[in-house]
Amino acid sequence: MAIEKISQVHGRALPVRGDNVDTDRIIPARFLRSITFEGLEAHLFEDDRKQLQAAGQHHPLDESRYRGASILLTNANFGCGSSREHAPQAIRRHGIRAVIGESFSEIFFGNSVALGMPCVTADATTMAALMQTVESQPETDVAVDLNQMTVTAGETTYRIALPGAARESFLDGTWDATGLLLDRFEDVEAVAARLPYVAGWR
Amino acid sequence: MSQTLLQKVWDAHTVRKLPNGQTQLFVGLHLIHEVTTPQAFDMLRARGWRVRFPERTIGTVDHIVPTRDQRRPFLDVMAEDMFAALERNCRDEGIRLFDMSTGSQGIVHVIGPEMGLTQPGMTIACGDSHTSTHGALGAVAFGIGTSQVRDVLASQCLAMDPLRVRRIRVRGRLARGVYAKDVILEIIRRLGVNGGVGYAYEYAGDTIERMSMDERMTICNMSIEGGARVGYVNPDQATFDYLRGRRFAPAGDDFEKACRWWSHMASDANAGYDDEVELDAAAIGPTVTWGINPGQSVYVDEPLPNPVSAQGAERAAIDEALDFMGLTAGSRIRGTRIDVAFVGSCTNGRLSDLREAAKVIRGRHVAPHVRALVVPGSQPVRLAAEREGLDRVFIEAGFDWRGAGCSMCLAMNPDKLEGREICASSSNRNFKGRQGSPTGRTLLMSPAMVAAAAVAGEVVDIREFANGD
Repeated sequence: MAIEKISQVHGRALPVRGDNVDTDRIIPARFLRSITFEGLEAHLFEDDRKQLQAAGQHHPLDESRYRGASILLTNANFGCGSSREHAPQAIRRHGIRAVIGESFSEIFFGNSVALGMPCVTADATTMAALMQTVESQPETDVAVDLNQMTVTAGETTYRIALPGAARESFLDGTWDATGLLLDRFEDVEAVAARLPYVAGWR
Repeated sequence: MSQTLLQKVWDAHTVRKLPNGQTQLFVGLHLIHEVTTPQAFDMLRARGWRVRFPERTIGTVDHIVPTRDQRRPFLDVMAEDMFAALERNCRDEGIRLFDMSTGSQGIVHVIGPEMGLTQPGMTIACGDSHTSTHGALGAVAFGIGTSQVRDVLASQCLAMDPLRVRRIRVRGRLARGVYAKDVILEIIRRLGVNGGVGYAYEYAGDTIERMSMDERMTICNMSIEGGARVGYVNPDQATFDYLRGRRFAPAGDDFEKACRWWSHMASDANAGYDDEVELDAAAIGPTVTWGINPGQSVYVDEPLPNPVSAQGAERAAIDEALDFMGLTAGSRIRGTRIDVAFVGSCTNGRLSDLREAAKVIRGRHVAPHVRALVVPGSQPVRLAAEREGLDRVFIEAGFDWRGAGCSMCLAMNPDKLEGREICASSSNRNFKGRQGSPTGRTLLMSPAMVAAAAVAGEVVDIREFANGD
């Protein structure tokens, strides 16, 4: 497995405001009826987008000024609900390479790590400032730096946070864990042999 | 040293500390279904790997199965493709699959405990967020994504961050008309939909200890709706009694040996917790959600919140929810007209749930404008209910009596809301679009409250609804 180290992500940003954006909204369940992840990006936020259109408004994803964005901005508890990896898959396949929010659901966060898409956190004030910058100047280059643990939008730099283990995984290129888990398989077998429900009741 | 169940199970399953500081954790039971696994098997094949412990993985089909006509091939070609992929993958890798022909098929979180596959002290993973259900038996069980399903297939392990433990002690007697569902909705309302992020929830206290295993499963099931990936109850005599004689539970002398190990894995009396919360069971009322996340709930006789009395993000959230739901600030949820009534799901699709719903509707009839369905959580639940004659009670009352599956909980099968329909639902999520119509509306409540709403045609207070008891 080729190792890709991820220390910096930069590009235009896409603001998706709101707390508790759940994975049913990110990718409605009907699009999970497939044996691959291909084409999921076409349905990213589909129901939210259609409802806004029907009301004569636009979802940020449908605004041309955010086209080509590679960083998604959001608020608290993003990705809550269903464990469907289809959600981060759809986001990443759309071209997003990092998400910045106030907080993330644990399962969504882990799924994103496994795809090499960092989900970093910043406080509510920073998120408000970042969103305001991007909404008023969508061409602003937003740069996430996992070495410095900062995000820079235009001239301004803010602090971001990321749990140490996930940060290490991106910087070392070990975010795809399978190889690591198979490294010392004799240790796995030793644990199995110690568990009474695996090895037999004594 | 005194430890919690989480710490003991964690230590017993730790393979090693990974270089990044995570723990490599052995997974004792891996449950798979058709939705989140086909891509994982493809990734496995692409890397030339095989399933290392095929006997520790068990498959079933639940999300996409139609509940009306379950004959193969399914009319829905995509659903049939997903089922066929699961069959192929299980066959190729020597994994046991409980499909409809086995008589044991059902929602993955119903059949695990039912067959005695789920046992105390285990680690259990499944590509489904409601895997926390299995914690009711004292297992450490959690949902994972598809890439992690690949990891478990390939190595029987996961790379995990440590969890803190919050003990939630519920004390006292539940009032009449108040069920396990109301208790967990209360916990989520109190602690928030993201209050449990980073925590395992240990449910304790005399209220929980008196609960049946089915009730404990309802509680643990919705841990994830409070942000906690793991929820568990310490194993006790009720757990052992539940497991005795089940198909995959230890038998004979092994059962006694197992009970000793299971008891030993329970939290020690003086274990330390990262956080503790107490709840008075007697104060909880029959609960109904009014919004678009499971934390937005009220007691059935309580006024809906008013955005004017909230600030900032909270105010915006209330506004958005009331607007989507078409409800008025300060009004009562009682009296809200419903279009659909759904009894089922991994939260409330077990025999005891069906019994509670049947008690309410016996001798009554579903309101003419309501479409009502009962979907047993598994084939054995359906069979047991039929042996008690519950199917007749439901059918005579005007409910559809269906085959086992996830059904209208998540709309990956033909059971869906249409347009702006409002559904009184015993399921677990009221997210926008969750039940299949992007504008459909969900009111979460206990199975008894769903049954009462089906009869009345609107949300009612179960306490004022004279029931057959």
